[in-house]
Amino acid sequence: MVWRPTLPTKPPRPSRLDVRKTSKLYIGGGFPRSESGRSYAVSDSRGRFLANASRASRKDARDAVVAARKAFAGWSAKTAYNRGQVVYRIAEVLEGRHPQFAAEVERAEGLSSKAASALVDASVDRLVWYAGWADKVAQVVGSTNPVAGPYFDFSIPEPTGVVAIVAPQESSLLGLVSVVAPAVVTGNTCVVMTSYERPLPAIALAEVLATSDVPGGVVNLLTGDPTEVAPWIASHMDVNAIDLSGVSDQQLATDLQVAAADNLKRIMRPDARELDWNADPGTGRLTAFLETKTVWHPIGI
Amino acid sequence: MGFEYAPALESRSVVDLKSSYGLFIDGEFVDASGPSFKSVSPATEEVLAEIGQADVADVDRAVQAARRAYSRTWSVMSGGERAKYLYRIARIIQERSRELAVLESLDNGKPIREARDIDVPLVAAYFFYYAGWADKLEYAGFGADPRPLGVAGQIIPWNFPLLMLAWKIAPALAAGNTVVLKPAETTSLTALLFAEICQQADLPPGVVNIVTGAGSTGQALVAHPDIDKLAFTGSTEVGKAIARSVAATNTPVTLELGGKAANIVFDDAPIDQAVEGIVNGIFFNQGHVCCAGSRLLVQESVYDDVLARLKRRMATLRMGDPLDKNTDVGAINSSEQLARIHELTAVGESEGAERWSPPCDLPERGFWFAPTIFTGVSQAHRIAREEIFGPVLSVLTFRTPAEAVEKANNTPFGLSAGVWTDKGSRILWMANQLRAGVVWANTFNRFDPTSPFGGYKESGYGREGGRHGLEAYLAH
Repeated sequence: MVWRPTLPTKPPRPSRLDVRKTSKLYIGGGFPRSESGRSYAVSDSRGRFLANASRASRKDARDAVVAARKAFAGWSAKTAYNRGQVVYRIAEVLEGRHPQFAAEVERAEGLSSKAASALVDASVDRLVWYAGWADKVAQVVGSTNPVAGPYFDFSIPEPTGVVAIVAPQESSLLGLVSVVAPAVVTGNTCVVMTSYERPLPAIALAEVLATSDVPGGVVNLLTGDPTEVAPWIASHMDVNAIDLSGVSDQQLATDLQVAAADNLKRIMRPDARELDWNADPGTGRLTAFLETKTVWHPIGI
Repeated sequence: MGFEYAPALESRSVVDLKSSYGLFIDGEFVDASGPSFKSVSPATEEVLAEIGQADVADVDRAVQAARRAYSRTWSVMSGGERAKYLYRIARIIQERSRELAVLESLDNGKPIREARDIDVPLVAAYFFYYAGWADKLEYAGFGADPRPLGVAGQIIPWNFPLLMLAWKIAPALAAGNTVVLKPAETTSLTALLFAEICQQADLPPGVVNIVTGAGSTGQALVAHPDIDKLAFTGSTEVGKAIARSVAATNTPVTLELGGKAANIVFDDAPIDQAVEGIVNGIFFNQGHVCCAGSRLLVQESVYDDVLARLKRRMATLRMGDPLDKNTDVGAINSSEQLARIHELTAVGESEGAERWSPPCDLPERGFWFAPTIFTGVSQAHRIAREEIFGPVLSVLTFRTPAEAVEKANNTPFGLSAGVWTDKGSRILWMANQLRAGVVWANTFNRFDPTSPFGGYKESGYGREGGRHGLEAYLAH
C-alpha cells in the first residue's frame, strides 16, 4: 500500500446564506416600517413562510394621507404630457425587472411561472395603456358648451384630490396596477391598502415607483389588514375619494361608504366578485376620480 | 337719491288656483293618504292652497306607476318619439310661460321679473336641449348602446322649483327613465302645474309622477327598494344622509348641495360691472341660491371704492311685492329660512363683523330680510364658513392672486366661484386654481342647458346640464 500523505480535507462549501429584504411600507417616497412596530407573517400559496410584512396602523394611514395631500399640488399641476411620461416610465422600469416580478407573483398567487409571467406582461401593458390617457382624457370627457350668450364656455376634467384605494385582494400585481394607474395618471394622488395575504408584489412595485420619477407621496402603499385601516381612511376628512375594489365583505363595504359620506367622498363601489383584470378596463376608473369644472369666459372687444 | 315708482303689478288672474291639490300618479291627480298641509305665499302669508302629503303607500304607488310606465312604454319607445314628447312639453312651457312665472313668483316669493325672464325661459330651454338628446344617445360618448337606469327618484329644493324640476326631469326622460319627483314642501304648486302640462302633452301615464310632502315623503322615496337612481338637490346635511342611506343598496346617486362661493374682484376689474355682478351674485333670488356669491373677496387697493359703490347700488334695490315688475328683491321663502338667516346674521354681529343694510321698509306681513353686507369678516367667522342661503354678503379682502385663491378655496364646499378682472390670462389662471365646479368670469349666476353644473368636495357629486348631465341617467 503506498503511503500517501493525508491532505487536509476541504470542508464542504456552505451554501450562501441569502440576504432577505425587510418588507416595509411606502409613504411619501420613503420606506418606513410601521410606526406601530407590528408585522405579520406572509406565506406563499402553499403556506410556506415568505416574509414578515409591515402591518400598517391608523397613524401610518394618516401619515400617508398627509404625504398624498402634500404631493397633490405639484403632481396635479404637472402637464398631462409629463404625467403620461412618468407613468410610461413605471412601465419601462417594471419591464426591466420582469423576472423578479414574475417570481414574486408566482409565489404570491401560486401560479405557474408561465401564468405569472403573463400577468407581469399584462401589468406592464396596462401601465402603457393608462400612460397614454394622460393627455387624451380631457379631449374625450371635456367639452366646449355653446351657451346662449357672449361666453366661451368650456368644461374640463380635473383630478378630485387624494384617493384612498383598497386594492384587489387576489390579483396582487395586475389588479394593483389596474387601480393605481387610472387614479394617478389624471393627477390624483393615492393611499393604497394592498392585498392582505399577497402584499409582497406591491412592496416590490413600490421600489419600481421610487425609481420611476414618480414624485414621493403620489402613490403611498400600506401593507396590513385593510379591515383595520380602511375605516380610518374612509372617515378621514382630507381624503376626497375612495375606491373599494378590494373589499369583498358586504357589511364592511357598507360601513366604509357610510363613513365616506362624512365629507361626501367620491366612491368607487366594489364589484360583487373580483373582476377579471385581464379584461378591457374601459374609462370608468379614469373618470371615477375626476371632477368637471365649467368655466364661463367672457367674449368681447 | 330717491326714485318714485308707480306700482306695476303683474296680474294674478292668469293663475287658476284650486283650493286643494292631490298627488300626480300614473297620469292622474289623486288624493294623498296623509294629512294635507298649507302652502302659503311667503310675501303675504296668505294660504294659497292645501297640498296633500304623500305617505309611504302613496310613494309606493307612484314608484309602481313609474315602473310600469318604464317597462311597458317609455324604455321601449324609440328615442325619436321620446324626443317629440319632450319638445312638446318645452313648447307648452313656452305657451304657458306667463302662468308659470306668476305662480312661481306667488308660491316662492321670488320677483316676477326673475321668474319671467330667467326661471321659466331656462325651464323651456332645458327641455328643448335634452329633447334633442333623446334620439342621439348612442353618439353621446357613453358607449354604443347606452341604456336608461329605470325609475329615478328625484328630490328638489324650493329656491328654483320649476328650474330644478327641469334639471331633473328633462335629462332623465331623454335618457329613457321614468321619474317620481318630490318638490319641496313650501313650493309644490308649479310642479303640479307641470303635471297638468304633462297631461296636455299626452305624456304616457306614469312617466312623470309628482309626490308632494315634507321630509318624510322624501325619506320614503329614498328608502324605496324599487328606485334605480336617486337625484337630490338641497342641503349638504340631507345630501350626506342620502349618501349614507344608499350605502347598503348601491343605488347610483347624484347630489347637488350647498356652497359658499367666493366672488373675487381684482383691482383692474370694470368696477361698475363688478358691482352689478356682486349684487346679482348674492341678492338674485334673495340669495336663495346654492351657488350664490356669498363671500366677496375684494383686492385691498379697490376695497373702499368697491364698497362705496356697492352700498350706493344696494340702496337702489327695490324690495317688496314679488308680483310688482319693479321689484328686485322678493320675500324669503319661509319663516324657517327667515329664522335661520336671523340666527346666522346675529352670530355675525356677535363675532364682531360690521353689519350694514340700506334703509329699507319691510312689509308688515310675510317673510322679509333686507339685503345685508358684513364687513371686517375673517375666514374664521361662521358667516364666512356656513351657507346662509339668504341676501347676506360677507366681505373679505386680499392683496395677491395667491391669497385670493387661498381664501376662496378655504371652505369644505366647492360649487362655484366668480372672478372679476380685465385680464384674460388671469381669468384662466384663477379658474385653474379654484377648486369649484363652475367658475364665472366677469359674470355670475349664469346658467345654460348646455353647460355642466355641479360641485367639488362637499357641494356634491355628478353634473347637471350638457352632455355630462346625461351620464347620471344612463347605464354604461
